[in-house]
Amino acid sequence: MTMFNAITHSQIYVLDQDEALDFYVGTLGLEVNTDADLGFMRWLTVNVPGHPDRQILLEKPGPPAMSEETAQQVRELVTKGATGGSLIFTTDDCRGTYETLKSRGVEFTEEPTDRPYGIDCGLRDPFGNNIRFTQPKS
Amino acid sequence: MLRVRDAMDRDYAQPLDVPALARIAHVSQAHFTRTFRATFGETPHRYLQRRRVERAMFLLRETDRSVTDICYEVGFGSPATFSRTFRDIVGRPPRTYRRETVAATGYVPTCFTKAWTRPST
Repeated sequence: MTMFNAITHSQIYVLDQDEALDFYVGTLGLEVNTDADLGFMRWLTVNVPGHPDRQILLEKPGPPAMSEETAQQVRELVTKGATGGSLIFTTDDCRGTYETLKSRGVEFTEEPTDRPYGIDCGLRDPFGNNIRFTQPKS
Repeated sequence: MLRVRDAMDRDYAQPLDVPALARIAHVSQAHFTRTFRATFGETPHRYLQRRRVERAMFLLRETDRSVTDICYEVGFGSPATFSRTFRDIVGRPPRTYRRETVAATGYVPTCFTKAWTRPST
């Protein structure tokens, strides 16, 4: 028996949710899953088109969930790119997608490169989060 | 002081006033208020109010009892005082808090609701 059977939510910190929406949906082509003003927070999640069962929460750090001092530290870590490999997507065409996103002004940290497992590349979101996408070896 | 705070945590709905609390601590009233504040960083009155409001937040979230009912249940003497104190501590009036929080419980994991509605003072 396995104890877990799926990942339903992942979370990354963004510094501005409107800008995040523009980037993740407008530029990267993800879908809005939920965008709700709860009063105490804006619950903003996106997903890969066709996969609403796996949401990515775009959360803005701040009080009261964390102190202003901690939020500042989180913002600095995100900005420095110190939050690790945040998200990795798969694609059918790594080089083609790279060209499309490049033409939309996306900042890449690594060009498409052949790897033992396929072709992949790396980019940064407008805040500093590291994102990769891979075209797996068929 | 810890004994007094425990009493407030346990009996928050009772009419606990400074004389009653000072008796629990076996000290004078003035000494009690001063020491409590120095130890926990807020007055005993404020501490008790926060306990009551936190309990009210729970009842607003998890039950469908009326706001007035909840107000008396957690130890407030009048709905007006309850409303004002609640708003002061939570930032929104009780009914708004209930509406927003209940709307979120359908899909937002509870840990996020809790973190984002935590009273900060």
